[in-house]
Amino acid sequence: MPPSPSHAWLWWIPLLPLIGSVLCGALHLATLSARKRDPQAKGPAGLAPLIACAAMAGALALAVKGLFDLRALDAAARILNSTSWEWITVGDPRQPWFEVDLRLVLDPLSSTLGLVITGVGLLIHIYASGYMKGDAGYAKFFAYLNLFVFAMLMLVLSSSLLGVFVGWEGVGLCSYLLIGFWYEKGWPAEAAQKAFITNRVGDACFLIGSFLLLRLFGTLDMHEIVARMGADFRLDAVSDDVKLNIALAALFLFGGCCGKSAQMPLFTWLPDAMAGPTPVSALIHAATMVTSGIYLVVRLNPLFASSPAVMTLISGVGVATALIGGSTALVQRDIKKVLAYSTVSQLGYMFLGLGTGAFGAAVFHLVTHAFFKALLFLGAGSVIHGMHEEQDMHKMGGLRKHMPQTFATFLAGAAALSGLPLMSGFFSKDEIIAHTFNSGGVYYAFWIVGGLTAAMTAYYTWRMVALTFFGPERFDHHHVHPHESPAVMTVPLMVLAVLSVFGGVLGLPPVFHVAHVLNDWLAPVVAPGVAILNQLHPHEHLSHATEWVLLGLGAAVALAFAHTGFRTYSAGPEPDLAIGRGAPGVAAFLGDAWSIDSAYSRVVILPLRVFAFVVRFIVDQVVIDGLVNGAGSLAKNFALRARGMASGQLDAYALWMGGGAAVISLWWMWS
Amino acid sequence: MNVPSEHLFFLSAGLFSLGVLGFLVRRNVIVTLMCVELMLNAANLAFLAASRMHSTPESLDVQGPVFSIFVITVAAAEAAVGLALVIALYRLKQSVETDSASEMKG
Repeated sequence: MPPSPSHAWLWWIPLLPLIGSVLCGALHLATLSARKRDPQAKGPAGLAPLIACAAMAGALALAVKGLFDLRALDAAARILNSTSWEWITVGDPRQPWFEVDLRLVLDPLSSTLGLVITGVGLLIHIYASGYMKGDAGYAKFFAYLNLFVFAMLMLVLSSSLLGVFVGWEGVGLCSYLLIGFWYEKGWPAEAAQKAFITNRVGDACFLIGSFLLLRLFGTLDMHEIVARMGADFRLDAVSDDVKLNIALAALFLFGGCCGKSAQMPLFTWLPDAMAGPTPVSALIHAATMVTSGIYLVVRLNPLFASSPAVMTLISGVGVATALIGGSTALVQRDIKKVLAYSTVSQLGYMFLGLGTGAFGAAVFHLVTHAFFKALLFLGAGSVIHGMHEEQDMHKMGGLRKHMPQTFATFLAGAAALSGLPLMSGFFSKDEIIAHTFNSGGVYYAFWIVGGLTAAMTAYYTWRMVALTFFGPERFDHHHVHPHESPAVMTVPLMVLAVLSVFGGVLGLPPVFHVAHVLNDWLAPVVAPGVAILNQLHPHEHLSHATEWVLLGLGAAVALAFAHTGFRTYSAGPEPDLAIGRGAPGVAAFLGDAWSIDSAYSRVVILPLRVFAFVVRFIVDQVVIDGLVNGAGSLAKNFALRARGMASGQLDAYALWMGGGAAVISLWWMWS
Repeated sequence: MNVPSEHLFFLSAGLFSLGVLGFLVRRNVIVTLMCVELMLNAANLAFLAASRMHSTPESLDVQGPVFSIFVITVAAAEAAVGLALVIALYRLKQSVETDSASEMKG
């Protein structure tokens, strides 16, 4: 890598949220001590959103500056390196055999994600300042949010896998803290533990993958690894052993992505993660955390592209997850659960795209999904806020009259999620589906399942809209008075609504005869992977006729099922009850996410509990305690018998001494 | 008159046994101490006898006598400490019987 001028200012992008987090934490402590003196005292917690939002705005401004700096460079040279700090050096300092430098790198990929994280993150912060008002942990909440953003920015900006791992664990920790934010209620604490433990499984895979990469390449610097697999890398020139190791590394790293990005079989934490306050769900589901798996695969794209089996596995896992998430969302009553399973499903789409080699399309869907899913979650939060913490859609209905702004923006998000024509989600989803179709072979099956899931997506999205905003008002008018949320919450919704509707211009399909902005932007990053894929099997571009047909098909499916979903539920939730009566087994199976949680209970948790029981009551209490207590009682019993020897009689002692001396002398004489 | 060295060893063993016997059966601390002295002197006698056995007219063995002198020195010290203990015991118990000091019974 040619030495380039170092850009120390890059450090300020993650540092600003970190500083904001520390300041908000201090405010929380100050508020606590003020409350200790006077329980009614407000303390300085009200300052926290200002600090947190200012930190986010600063980070966003720097990310935008980075974008313009990058655009000013030639396409191939679009890399900004920060100053690098020596972190770990093993061996001779002049010629170390292992070293890790802490360095931030801004390139088109990390710039794109950085903008999403800081931009969407800023809107969520602003929204949260209204949503969390009056909460006892107001300042603490912003401290955690800012820390979350810091960890996520470290994840996407670090050049080294070890730096990524710091962010990787950081978002895991922050998700734990935020999902369990209302831990007094009990079940959020359990959901937080579930998220953390499930993620640990993925993290272990991530570590193993990193170790394999270290053995293969002798470095953890991702840019160096990608550069080594760059222009003059010929896949047919490497030995089978190396190929196997590359595939294993890719497989384990993908396992890590399964944990963070909620893919089969580790997705079960994500639906439970909505136990946290709604802005947290938006942050986890849209701007941070779940996107990290997508980011990692795109970042290491030549590694994954070199192992076709792993690519097919990624697509298969993605499409299976999409199907499970989508079908589960069909029957959920909790508005946030619909959105949570929808996220699982959409992430599945992204991995489906990654597995076909459509790295740009996956990032495109990541970006549009960040817009519309953040919008939908925040909109759902606004509904929940207005409904006095009611989340059951069966108890809503007719809210469009009471919350017109939330309703209008929610419609925009729903249109984008369901892929209605010309919305952002339409273009990004159809690009993935077109790539799947173009890949042929087993991918035709994936294409069919993907299409089916798209139909489900349209259906459950408009079911949700119908149940929430249309039909008769099913809430108790004496206790619940739905009201529109304050401007601090609705303005971010409007911004996100605009982005959700027009985000599609980032990646218009080739039939429109305009540049695909995002693909052109990311081209230098994904070039090595695409080159390897072309070595394996050259792709032909889809003809325009096929593309028109696919686009038309996607639009038709989305419109038809959106219409059906809306019509079925516009009169109220009776069809749900009918399904429950008509096919209780199916309803329970889908409602429980294909019973995967209970399968985990039987296959993983029960054997673990049996093992723990055996270890506790047999290995520990019988064997180990037996050894320890046995040693103790042996000494005690011996002492009880031996104490008789100490009679206190001088001549008895003398006799023992003399007898002993006599025995020793005799023994010497004989031997 | 030439006494064989073996006889000296027998005498030494006899004296030592007397000392041990006295040490074991007598209760009076002063007698006990005297018995210890008797055993030490039996050992001295054995040292000297062995030295006599190993000496030739050309070279005298000096290790035995030197050891005896050491033992006598130690015995003097032991007697001083021992008698001090006897006095301390008498002040404590108004008795010099060993049975009177059995607080260390386990």
